[in-house]
Amino acid sequence: MELTGAQALVKSLEMQEVEVMFGLPGGAILPVYDPIIDSPIRHILVRHEQGAGHMAEGYAQATGRPGVAMVTSGPAATNIVTALADAYMDSIPLVCITGQVATSAIGTDAFQETDTTGITLGVTKHNWLVTDAADIPQIVREAFHIATTGRPGPVLIDFPKDVANASMEWYWPDGVDLPGYHPASHPDPEAIRAAAALILAAERPVIYAGGGILKSRASEALRELVNLTGIPVVTTLMARGSFPDSDPLCLGMPGMHGNYAAVTAMQRADLLLALGSRFDDRVTGKVSAFAPGAKVVHVDIDKAEIGKVRRPDVGVVADCRLAIEALVGEIKAFGSPDDNWLAPWIATIRRWQAEYPCTYDRSESGRGATSGTSRRPTLKPQFVIESLRAATPADTILVSGVGQHQMWASQYWSFEYPNTWINSGGLGTMGFAVPAAIGAKVGRPDRMVWAVDGDGCFQMTAQELATATAERVPVKIAILNNAYLGMVRQWQHMFYEERYSEVYLSPDLPDYVGWAESMGCIGLRVESPEEVTPAIEKANEIDDRPVVIDFRTDSMEQVFPIVPAGASNDDIVTYQSRSGSGAEVLP
Amino acid sequence: MSADQRRYGPRHRLLSVLVENKAGVLARVAGLFSRRGYNIYSLAVAPTDNERFSRISIVVDVESAPLEQVVAQLDKLINVVEIGELHPDEAREAELLLVSVSVDARQRSQVIELVGVFGGRIVDVGHDAITVMVAGTPEAIDDFEDLMRPYGIAGLQRTGRIALPKLDGRSSASGAAAPPVGIA
Repeated sequence: MELTGAQALVKSLEMQEVEVMFGLPGGAILPVYDPIIDSPIRHILVRHEQGAGHMAEGYAQATGRPGVAMVTSGPAATNIVTALADAYMDSIPLVCITGQVATSAIGTDAFQETDTTGITLGVTKHNWLVTDAADIPQIVREAFHIATTGRPGPVLIDFPKDVANASMEWYWPDGVDLPGYHPASHPDPEAIRAAAALILAAERPVIYAGGGILKSRASEALRELVNLTGIPVVTTLMARGSFPDSDPLCLGMPGMHGNYAAVTAMQRADLLLALGSRFDDRVTGKVSAFAPGAKVVHVDIDKAEIGKVRRPDVGVVADCRLAIEALVGEIKAFGSPDDNWLAPWIATIRRWQAEYPCTYDRSESGRGATSGTSRRPTLKPQFVIESLRAATPADTILVSGVGQHQMWASQYWSFEYPNTWINSGGLGTMGFAVPAAIGAKVGRPDRMVWAVDGDGCFQMTAQELATATAERVPVKIAILNNAYLGMVRQWQHMFYEERYSEVYLSPDLPDYVGWAESMGCIGLRVESPEEVTPAIEKANEIDDRPVVIDFRTDSMEQVFPIVPAGASNDDIVTYQSRSGSGAEVLP
Repeated sequence: MSADQRRYGPRHRLLSVLVENKAGVLARVAGLFSRRGYNIYSLAVAPTDNERFSRISIVVDVESAPLEQVVAQLDKLINVVEIGELHPDEAREAELLLVSVSVDARQRSQVIELVGVFGGRIVDVGHDAITVMVAGTPEAIDDFEDLMRPYGIAGLQRTGRIALPKLDGRSSASGAAAPPVGIA
């Protein structure tokens, strides 16, 4: 069967069981958009290529399947680089297809030409420039294989226009031919024995669960390990939901804005069992002062993560689920630990939890203090998150942007299920939430999908709500509108003597309700605590279009606890009530 | 010559990297080094006897990053098939040097004599300079370069170090790659 390169590409995507792709056509990719008309693959037409990338990320994280995005050459390719970098940092499987000028024009500074494979070299797991239409099925098969196996990540196929128009004899390859690619899978039994021995010898162990738990679908295995050993668990920003917050042994999020108990348990631990986590600087704080008394067992599928930041006592290069299952078997073989072996340690942690809970001053009722013509809202952002949690189903997928609202969402939402939390963890990409929520809802139409966004973030990618309306993707967006680039403001407050530089955005510009409505969404505004739950309930009832709620929140509110950048986690600063002693925030 | 004047000190380690012979592979390797802040001291690349693969010999500055981390990151590149570290005691190492030396008629014979000692060849002769080619261990090349410097070097190009493991596990130096003059 003779096909054009473009037809072969689309057919290859069908062979990979792609059900949806996110994209925007243009000159160099035009040939591929023609067979799309006849393909069963759903195409979501975005308004900006970055949106296509983040939608594919949201889709991938909600479904566990690779996300697919397709855009044209030049500026379209550069527009999607941010999403590739984001996916690379957070190990999200993406397959991105970019158009490219004809092979004869490559290197001539042709119209809409960029060196896309060169530009994306450092932000993809691998990329290809297709030079022969006969290679297309093989490359597509390898692309999906690389994106989804081992440590997942984004890959990119750069597709010149003449290759798309060339003809080839269709075939589907039997497998991949990658002599240099051997992703880890099963753990070394000797390393597992050594790890189990360290675990059973520990008195103050902590499981440091990272995003690898979700990537390897290891939540059940983790549950079994915890049931067997009674070891408390911290779940990193990328692992929220991998172990339920409602479990008494879940200490919540560690790190810069982590719970006091989670941060301090790691600091005082004599053993850290790191499972699919990478000792990120936002978790460790000052590395030399991080968990100084702890031996470390580090399980990761990426060998380069073992010892990159902290040299482990036992390193296990393996799929997280297989390693945890092996550990469970090994610990059982040793003889399961006594029920009370960790009682003193757990009692200590309970004291920390009781003494330093994650807390905030309750919202005053009404719409806030008026001075002259302006009114300062007193609605607490944390209260909005708690109200949202209370009013939505347990398996709601929560998506966030980056900043204060993201930290509050992680702190005050109670995550019960894997893959219900989607955010930009490693790259910290403002503007992630709206498109990622759309991608998540496309992948999981059966679930309620809420995005919590900041007013700064929202303005970066809000145009994708037009996509959501046009494609009938009923996402719900809660803007915590504090009229500032809030996290930057907080740092200027704490570390730059309250000299606020270029952080004020205005609560009314743009008019978020009007903007939402102009894009076919329902727009609501909430200014007092009393209005919060009714507005959420109203939004939950709307299932035929997106909803945006503009929550006017207290701009003075700050994220606590905080470990100042570069400080030791021992120097964690917990919440200081502004209505209480008025104590200075920092030592 | 003291140890710290040597170009290849203890901070330099040699990696022999087998890669798929595909477009852009060198850019992937070089890009990895630059974006992770690893320093390359020298790099030599050419196809192997199997045209599907090339071998890259990289001398890494391990003060910029632990070798283990460099190897683990390199191994993540899809086109990298195999990585070996070649320790100087267990490898035959060689490097090629082309150097143009400014010489008058009187000095020329001195230089030609030194070239002979190092087993090199005269590849070009001009009125006031000669160009010579020397192959040998990197240390021998260091020494030769040092000896040429007083005459005035008009141009110089070294290939960077290439190496293969020693056969039969022998550790004594012999054969073409052995240094012809006393090396500390």
